[in-house]
Amino acid sequence: MAVTSQVQPLNSLFAKKPVQVFVRYLAIFFVAFVLFGVILWLAGKNPFEAIRDMLVYTLGTPSGFSEVIVKMIPLLFTSIAVALPARVGLINVGAEGQLYIGAMFAAGIALAFPQLQAWILLPMMVAASLVGGAAWAFIPVYLRAKGWVNETITTLLMNYVAPTIVSFVVYGPWRARGAASAPQTVDFSASARLPSFFGTRIHLGLIIGLVILAAYWYLMKYTRWGLEMRAVGGNPQAARRNGIHITRYLMLAMCIGGAIAGLAGMSEISGIHGRLRPNFSPGFGFTGFLINWLSFGDPIGIFLMSFVIAIITSGGDILQLKQGLPYAVLNILLAITLYVVLAKPTLFRRKKA
Amino acid sequence: MSLLALLGVLSSAIYSGTSLLYTTLGEVISERGGIVNLGLEGVMLVSAATGFAVTSVTGNPYFGILASMLSGGLINMLFGYLVIARKANQLASGLATMFFGFGLSALIGAPYVGGKIESLPRILVPGLGGLPKQYTFQFQFDLLIYLVVPAAIGVWFLLFRTRWGLSQRAVGESADTAFAAGYDPNKLRYQALFLAGMLAGLGAAHLSIVYTRTWKEFMTAGRGFIAVALVIFSKWHPLRAIAGALLFGGAVAFQLLLQASGVNISPFLLDSIPYVLTILVLMAWGGTRKQSAPASLGRVYRGSE
Repeated sequence: MAVTSQVQPLNSLFAKKPVQVFVRYLAIFFVAFVLFGVILWLAGKNPFEAIRDMLVYTLGTPSGFSEVIVKMIPLLFTSIAVALPARVGLINVGAEGQLYIGAMFAAGIALAFPQLQAWILLPMMVAASLVGGAAWAFIPVYLRAKGWVNETITTLLMNYVAPTIVSFVVYGPWRARGAASAPQTVDFSASARLPSFFGTRIHLGLIIGLVILAAYWYLMKYTRWGLEMRAVGGNPQAARRNGIHITRYLMLAMCIGGAIAGLAGMSEISGIHGRLRPNFSPGFGFTGFLINWLSFGDPIGIFLMSFVIAIITSGGDILQLKQGLPYAVLNILLAITLYVVLAKPTLFRRKKA
Repeated sequence: MSLLALLGVLSSAIYSGTSLLYTTLGEVISERGGIVNLGLEGVMLVSAATGFAVTSVTGNPYFGILASMLSGGLINMLFGYLVIARKANQLASGLATMFFGFGLSALIGAPYVGGKIESLPRILVPGLGGLPKQYTFQFQFDLLIYLVVPAAIGVWFLLFRTRWGLSQRAVGESADTAFAAGYDPNKLRYQALFLAGMLAGLGAAHLSIVYTRTWKEFMTAGRGFIAVALVIFSKWHPLRAIAGALLFGGAVAFQLLLQASGVNISPFLLDSIPYVLTILVLMAWGGTRKQSAPASLGRVYRGSE
């Protein structure tokens, strides 16, 4: 597929005045919520009630707010997993699959060494999830670097393969023995669990995610690698002539991205679930792709958008409970937000000199 | 393997391949015009849900099929507005359409989950009435299956033997040149996308109304993406798409056969066969495909200012 991707310039967003940016995003979400409300109204629901429920039950209560933060953690990882390859012009739509494989690798370690202390077990699980996610991302980027298959379509298809592998191990060899137990592994030992804070479900993954986000910011802004990566993404021809090893950067960016997505899987099963379950991710990988597009790969943008999108996805649970709407309906709201951003590209691009 | 089992595999290959072939044909048309639509997955879902809902309400599958095609065309128009009028990135717009389809289909289909519908009649292939009953059962197909190969030939005729097809391919190769030759690239691309959406809707209708006769969320299970892959496999040629769809259908049928025969392989791993096969096929085709791709595929046409 001879697809030329438009690579977004990093930091274009925050080159403007913060107030301007804030107002624009407010406008985007306002339009998105209005259109979403219209669709709900057409479907015979009360849009005001639905949207009020979404906001009140997420932002209005301490427990609701903590759940928003919990939902935000995997999104931080997966959006960086998309953003980093995007800087070299790769489109990683496979964070969902990388997340599952990372989780599976981490679970393998947790199940194999339950007796180890947390200070050694947790780093081992982290390492395993990084390896798993990177390995899963290596396949599509290798095929792309060889010039065989475009990475977009392979990463998309591999998203359907990874969960079946997780289901296989969870229904098969790793299934907890027991009379009528659900298809899942045995509970992890206490030392395989990321600690959580303040009596909520907010766990150490938040700190790890923020550290990675800061590292991403530093890498892109202050290092030679970041500069060269942007060169590869912006103009591969020119980059090659300047002696930049393009294939190496493609491979590295994609595999590191995959590794971070894998870490999202580890942080979910270790911080939240405490065991490996089939289909435990409600599309965190896809949502990460969306966040990267909404934030144009900007680190602060990723942070803010992860938070806002976490509100929306938590709102999906509320819609399900209060309005009897399927959880998937909130995808409409996510899609409309992206539509609005895509439909107005001139608002976000720097004017050509 | 007995002859009967073999015929069974072939029969279910045809059933599961049909929806895919319609969708692939549509994508061939739009990619010949220069537009990659990764949103097909969402388009198919919305069409499948709409078709099922309309069939359920009216009791008439033909209305359902019509509604399915129409909704497919309309969703593609939304996608077209983004990539043509607003000049947005095609891949991101496609994925936005995918999200939209996930949500909208869930909303439309929610009241009909688990519902039962009237489906198309299954007609025995003419001239096979004399066979024993267990054999004739393998040769009963519905109208949409009978029409799918003629549809492929029709798309081939449209693209390679009509003026419209020629101009469409010209736009796909170079929108600027086509514009200079007096065509309107944007109009042609809208037309191609609408047609593509209707064909995807037809495929989705076959899936929900005829083949599975049910609606459930995410029921297309990646068929939209596989269709995009099959377009590459078929080298943007409608007739070669028939082989691709049969291959995929065969993979699904093979997987069902293995499951039925009680082989000791996890059903979850068998489920992944079609996706793995698609990736492998793309790899095998990788080296040769460049010459056949429309030259300006995926590029934004910025007009002629």
